[in-house]
Amino acid sequence: MQATIIEAINDALHEEMATDDRTLVFGQDVAESGGVFRATEGLQETFGGDRVLDTPLSEIAIVGAAIGLATYGYRPVAEIQFSGFLPPAFDQLVTNASRIRWRTRGELTAPMTVRTPYGAGVRALEHHSESLEAVYSHIPGLKVAVPSTPHDAKGMLISAIRDPDPVLFMEPKHVYRSFREEVPDGTYTEPLGEAAVRREGEDVTVIAWGAMMHKTREAVDNLDGIDVELIDLRSISPLDRETVVRSVKKTGRCVVVHEAPKSGGFAGELIATINDEALMFLEAPVERVTGFDVPVPLLAMEDFYIPQPPRIEEAITETVNY
Amino acid sequence: MNEDPRPAPARPISADAETVSQDDVDVDTYRILEPDGSYDAERLPDLDDETFRELYRWMVLQRVFDNRATKLQRRGKLGTYASGRGQEASIIGSAFALSDQDRIFPYGREAGTLLIHGLSMRDLLLYWRGLEDASRMDGANSFGVAISIGSHVPVVTGTAWGMKLDDADSVAFANLGDGATSTGAFHEGINFAGVLDAPAVFFTQNNQYAISLPFEEQTAADTVAQKALGYGIDGIRVDGNDVLAVYNAVLTARENAMDGTPTLVEAVTYRRAAHTTSDDPSRYRERSEVEEWEKQDPLERYREFLQSEGLFEAIDEEAVREEIDEMFDDAVAAADEFAERDVREIFEHLHEEMPPELRRQLSEYEELLDERPDMYEHIEQRPKG
Ligand SMILES: Cc1ncc(C[n+]2csc(CCOP(=O)(O)OP(=O)(O)O)c2C)c(N)n1
Ligand SMILES: [Mg+2]
Repeated sequence: MQATIIEAINDALHEEMATDDRTLVFGQDVAESGGVFRATEGLQETFGGDRVLDTPLSEIAIVGAAIGLATYGYRPVAEIQFSGFLPPAFDQLVTNASRIRWRTRGELTAPMTVRTPYGAGVRALEHHSESLEAVYSHIPGLKVAVPSTPHDAKGMLISAIRDPDPVLFMEPKHVYRSFREEVPDGTYTEPLGEAAVRREGEDVTVIAWGAMMHKTREAVDNLDGIDVELIDLRSISPLDRETVVRSVKKTGRCVVVHEAPKSGGFAGELIATINDEALMFLEAPVERVTGFDVPVPLLAMEDFYIPQPPRIEEAITETVNY
Repeated sequence: MNEDPRPAPARPISADAETVSQDDVDVDTYRILEPDGSYDAERLPDLDDETFRELYRWMVLQRVFDNRATKLQRRGKLGTYASGRGQEASIIGSAFALSDQDRIFPYGREAGTLLIHGLSMRDLLLYWRGLEDASRMDGANSFGVAISIGSHVPVVTGTAWGMKLDDADSVAFANLGDGATSTGAFHEGINFAGVLDAPAVFFTQNNQYAISLPFEEQTAADTVAQKALGYGIDGIRVDGNDVLAVYNAVLTARENAMDGTPTLVEAVTYRRAAHTTSDDPSRYRERSEVEEWEKQDPLERYREFLQSEGLFEAIDEEAVREEIDEMFDDAVAAADEFAERDVREIFEHLHEEMPPELRRQLSEYEELLDERPDMYEHIEQRPKG
């Protein structure tokens, strides 16, 4: 079928609910109204109120309860309405979800998924626009996935739900509905922890993920005469070091693009990885195009904050001409 | 010793007699104006005639502002907007009970409270247009809007604590919804206020919904007000469509709070509009339910009171609405004329002094914007207010 990212996510949830009756979906406004972005539309009608629930306005309890259910043998898929409201539940992710397997030496595990839309560009109110993937990537034991296409959104969400450990599934809401592509019917998985090479090239490696993949692709398409190898990281944690390093060894140049602020952003980890494993192959310093070290502005100025294609083009050109 | 010394679970020798449950608590709803137009004259607040009328005018203002802001959003001239339609008595009644020195912690649905507390209508519109500058809340003695639901509650406690240390003649005033009462921040913040005897008022507009979730599913508690008992503070449940009752309740809560008893007020009302302009309530509630609440219109109820007291004759409703419309037009015009945005704004005010790296990011960006004017093809920025 042809599907947008949001439709692909909805489809993945339907598939997994049907496949495993210990899969539960809950969160704010997910059941009766089908989610503020309609990601969970139709689930309650199909699978009933015991498996698809609206919760109180309690992020801590949503994530905490998912951990309780998961360690008890269920497969919870919790929705946090906007990733800007996940911070209260940070404690549950750090204190319990990410380390219960480690703490109990494998006696208890937390096969749970927390889905949450992230990122700027939808003209929302404060706290609706951040990209905190690097923050969550710093928690050992927590997987962090960020799809950028409908095909991956479905395949990776199914992987996340089936994963034996907790996965934070960050959805690029800016491109939830911006395009359709062919998405296979039925179940299939796209692996977590593997980047995808979207375009092979010789001159420079460009790495992005989530909504930034689309800005980056636009930039790459505008650049005549530069042969870009474009990597969609897809998984922030675990990180597919191999694909990144192999590519940078080939091209000798690299640009990383992310929406989050620069300082402490995930580009830092990628650059460190490249330094560790491909330093001698570099012909130019690795560039990064990122959000600024400020909160995402309110809607009037948010487009200024988001890395736009011309900024990305400049960085790629500079790196190639270094 | 036995491996498991416990007996098989048996029928308990009942401790029921000692169990406390919410059935033991009687939470009355305080009211002055009955829906049938009658009222309890003993309870009327001690206000002069003009103030009685002002209350009405401000409720009309809230209504008109919500209507016009919603329309402005539809025309693409405002961001997402959250209307207070149906909650005018709660919004205006509570605001009238406050003083300028009280610091208010709004949550978004209370235009009238912010305006009464000193914010200009232009700045309120600019806030909903997503301009950082408006969040100064110039002149309104306000912490700014708690978009992260419940996040302000512990902050209210801290501010009240400071007021107590200063022996200040004021309270910290939180506005929140029924949904916020389920957050951890709500519980921790109010419990701490109780321990501190802090002069805080936690004003909850129970409008029966948190987006699509009805109050009955938000909590197993019958009321919000009873939650006060768990924290050892006082609670008041009031008819939130009765502006005089809300006024008295918040006045009482404020007085209590300044005497060392933080107070949780629950105003029982109804959100008649969509959650925000991006919400479609037909997905989760019946139109007939809204119609039932329309019959409880707070403006009509109060108008009837004014009429029976002979106070309404001095109000020319049409003129009042016209005046508010003009204020609104002027505010839109002033917002439209607000100075052109500058990219520096998003870098400023994060630190008292901009750190070198941030300065570098800004100047690099300014250069880029000069060199690549095509950046503006990607920036659907509102150049003015
Ligand atoms: C911590 C947090 N979680 C979720 C949201 C998304 N959200 C915005 S308003 C809202 C419901 C608020 O309900 P309530 O507190 O009753 O206030 P009302 O909107 O009814 O006035 C939700 C879930 C949020 N803003 N903050
Ligand atoms: Mg509510």
